[in-house]
Amino acid sequence: MKGMLLSLALQLLLLLALAPLVSGCIRNWKAKLQNRRGPPLWQPYFDLAKFLGKDMVISEHASWIFRAMPYVLFLSTLLAGLMVPLVSAQAPLSLFGDALALVGLLALGRFFLALGGLDPASAFGGMGSSREMTISAIAEPALMLAIFTVAISAGSTNLSQMLLAAQGPAWRLLNPGHVLAFAALFIVLLAETGRIPVDNPATHLELTMIHEAMILEYSGRYLALLEWSAAIKQLVLMALLVNVFFPVGIATRLTLPALGLSFLWLAAKLLAVAGAVVLVETTNAKLRLFRVPDLLSTAFILATLALFSTFLFQ
Amino acid sequence: MTRFFSSGFLLQAALLAYAAGIVGSLLALRREKAAGHLGFGAAILGGLCGTASAVLALVGGAQITPPAFELWRSGVPYLRLTVQLDALGAFFLLVVSAVAIASSLYSLGYARGFYGRKNVGILGAFYNALLLAMTLVFCSSNAFFFLISWELMALTGYCLVSFEHEKAEARDAGVLFFIMSHLGTGGVLLGFLLLFRASGDFGFEGFRAAAGGMSAGARNAAFVLFLFGFGMKAGIVPLHVWLAEAHPVAPSNASALLSGVLIKTGVYGLLRVLFDVLGEPPNWWGVTVLTLGTISAVLGVLYALMEHDLKRLLAYHSIENIGIILIGLGAALMFLHTHHPLLATLALIAGLYHTLNHAVFKALLFLGAGAVLHATGTRNMEKMGGLIKRMPRTALCFLVGAVAISALPPLNGFISEWLTYQSLLQGFTTTNSLVRILFPLSGAMLALTGALAAACFVKAFGITFLAQPRSEPAARAHEAPGTMLAGMGLLVAACFFLGLFPATFLKLLDPVTAQLTGLQLSSQLGLAHGLVLGNTLPEGGTVSTLGMALMGVCLLPAPWVLWLGFGRRARTRIGPTWDCGLLGLTPAMEYTATGFSKPIRMIFKALFRPRREVQREYDYSPYFAKTLRFESHIEEAFVTRLYRPFKGAVLRFSRRLRALQAGSIQAYLIYIFITLLVLLLFAL
Repeated sequence: MKGMLLSLALQLLLLLALAPLVSGCIRNWKAKLQNRRGPPLWQPYFDLAKFLGKDMVISEHASWIFRAMPYVLFLSTLLAGLMVPLVSAQAPLSLFGDALALVGLLALGRFFLALGGLDPASAFGGMGSSREMTISAIAEPALMLAIFTVAISAGSTNLSQMLLAAQGPAWRLLNPGHVLAFAALFIVLLAETGRIPVDNPATHLELTMIHEAMILEYSGRYLALLEWSAAIKQLVLMALLVNVFFPVGIATRLTLPALGLSFLWLAAKLLAVAGAVVLVETTNAKLRLFRVPDLLSTAFILATLALFSTFLFQ
Repeated sequence: MTRFFSSGFLLQAALLAYAAGIVGSLLALRREKAAGHLGFGAAILGGLCGTASAVLALVGGAQITPPAFELWRSGVPYLRLTVQLDALGAFFLLVVSAVAIASSLYSLGYARGFYGRKNVGILGAFYNALLLAMTLVFCSSNAFFFLISWELMALTGYCLVSFEHEKAEARDAGVLFFIMSHLGTGGVLLGFLLLFRASGDFGFEGFRAAAGGMSAGARNAAFVLFLFGFGMKAGIVPLHVWLAEAHPVAPSNASALLSGVLIKTGVYGLLRVLFDVLGEPPNWWGVTVLTLGTISAVLGVLYALMEHDLKRLLAYHSIENIGIILIGLGAALMFLHTHHPLLATLALIAGLYHTLNHAVFKALLFLGAGAVLHATGTRNMEKMGGLIKRMPRTALCFLVGAVAISALPPLNGFISEWLTYQSLLQGFTTTNSLVRILFPLSGAMLALTGALAAACFVKAFGITFLAQPRSEPAARAHEAPGTMLAGMGLLVAACFFLGLFPATFLKLLDPVTAQLTGLQLSSQLGLAHGLVLGNTLPEGGTVSTLGMALMGVCLLPAPWVLWLGFGRRARTRIGPTWDCGLLGLTPAMEYTATGFSKPIRMIFKALFRPRREVQREYDYSPYFAKTLRFESHIEEAFVTRLYRPFKGAVLRFSRRLRALQAGSIQAYLIYIFITLLVLLLFAL
């Protein structure tokens, strides 16, 4: 019991503390690749502190949904994060929910996020909500199918179980099913975290924006919560990707050296994925909204192929 | 004393209460207030007795002998009006009765809207008759009695659909409902006659005994007939076209019953016939049911997204949810075929759980839509908006229903979809390659369905309740009366209960699965904190909605700690929404329901084939139009490609036949003579 509470507190702290740093890394590296100096790595922390201390303006048309939304999003994202194994193979809340529950919790947050976009009666918010729900809807089959592929070879939808199964003697990295599923999930990651071929996180007030359009009316501490949730969601999805497909070095025992080593591994893997995201963002242009389904159907086809190859090579 | 708390006695009480409701409403026809109270009061009583009866029967499980009694002795050969409640019937009795309580309570207030305009007594009588008929459908012990109840149900359903018969759309929808419902009954009737030929009796027990001896061809024919007949009632694509027309035009309390329960009689029929009567299924039955279910789920939600009529949108979602239920049933059939009774039981539990869940949240949503309709006088979402400030309690109830139907944790829709996903994933443990490919793909389509449903309910809730009111009636809307809110509140509580305590509820399903597959899973599947797969099943996963909810509550103070640390001096003020420096936002600038679903419409253009018409009037350049008229219209491909040509063919054929009915007595005498001759030849 005590160990569980401790691991819960640790993972909570890790999620809250690490998430802005990952965003900061991506921003900084992207700027470097584009020959700019870029903001410092810890700029997201300064931003959060600044937003938390600012006054808020709330739209006169908004209802309680607008005020409740940041909490729902923040808490559901945190809960989802507690189900993903970060440094220990046993995630603190892995008994409370499996991969399907994780997808469900992220969807709950998104549902309220979209409602929060509609609430202040601004056309921008509605536009963002509409696009966000559309893109997530067509990303969902690919996401689910990729999860299925991993779950089938692991024999469980439980994330910790998936991870332990992948750690067995036969390292499954080069299993074609896993490679394809990884590619599918990476595309879904780009879509779900609002990265460049799908959405541009750096844009404000353009007709191409999606995520920023939904949260346009938010300010002050609510905005801080929203930004933080977005960063945590990004961390959660990246950790899911790296730990499920490359479970190298993750701690299976709860000893201090094992955890420390595992943390270093996690940091290295996260930095690698962040680097990949930066490369994709710098080398690609944002797609037209109606080209995004093509990208996501590619992900779906990759996931289907992954499933078939699991079926063939088993 | 115990006699009064037996399942059979309570069932009789429920039937009597509904009958009393019919008589009471009709007697008080001239005094609408009394008629409403009598009719809907009796229906509440009937619902309470029915729920108690069903729960007693299910809790008792196999120990209690199923209650059976004869309504009265009929002189007609083969017709025995015997009421018998087995576990399967009891589960569906629970579904109808639970919805009946909430919907009838709601009706007490809702009927006020009809005072002076429509006859509440008639509404109460039909409403009770529908409940009576549905209850009888679920507890008829033989096919003859079943068909009589089935017809009674179809007829009262028709009367409720065309209750507001002064409106042309209600009349048309009623006729469509009537015709398609009877086509379906024809299928069911022929199916039962096939079984009757084998067994020589109409009892379900006789069918069960005789089905084993039937030839494969006869069993397959019976399957197709039943799938057509019951599928018509359930609203499976492509037999669904009546549903989206008929359910929205009925009074909202009746819509809740029609969409929440009446379509479930089709599911009940399929379960009764496929799992209970017809015996071991060939592979293609399961494949057909699963495929039809998947198609219904995806198309149902896609068409729902295109609707901006709130009640039609909900009706399309019924098609989607029937699809999800059928995915569970189809998976169970395929597992039965491959001799995996454990997995079949899991899939069956998923289907049954979703049946009850859909009844609860769909009834809730229809009642919510009824309250909105009551307050604004329109079903068109483009004329609503801002209702959350004018009717906050209704909005909260509708929001709970929307979260539940979108399969989001921690509510009940999530639990049953989780079970469906898990049973589809278990398919990989079989060696049947069709199962191994079909199940995950069906799961992916289920994921698409779930995400689109969430998009659709963001639209339904957001456009209806949030932002500024888009019309004068929406701005003047008022909160629904207490009884209506109480009815919705009961269903909200049910959504939470079924979502947070699935393990408790699963115990009630034990007798049902014991009857259909011979296994009971609740003790293995449900633990105190949630659902677990893995103890007995080869592949596993765990979920605990209660754990998630409690953990969420525990984490709630976290943001406040941050406020204390950083934002103690921050102030909050109310200001206008940012308007890009224009002169203020008007409701016309808000996103519309049509606009919201535009990306989906564009992506699935090939399916929807939207027809749009844009007229611009301008002086110098088309970019500075003086007036703009936009019209967009979507017609279902099934209607234009399938039903309209079919209807045309039927009409042409009957025009030809009209030549026979020339009106001359001599010709008719010749027909009679020829018929007689043919019959005589036949007899020889």
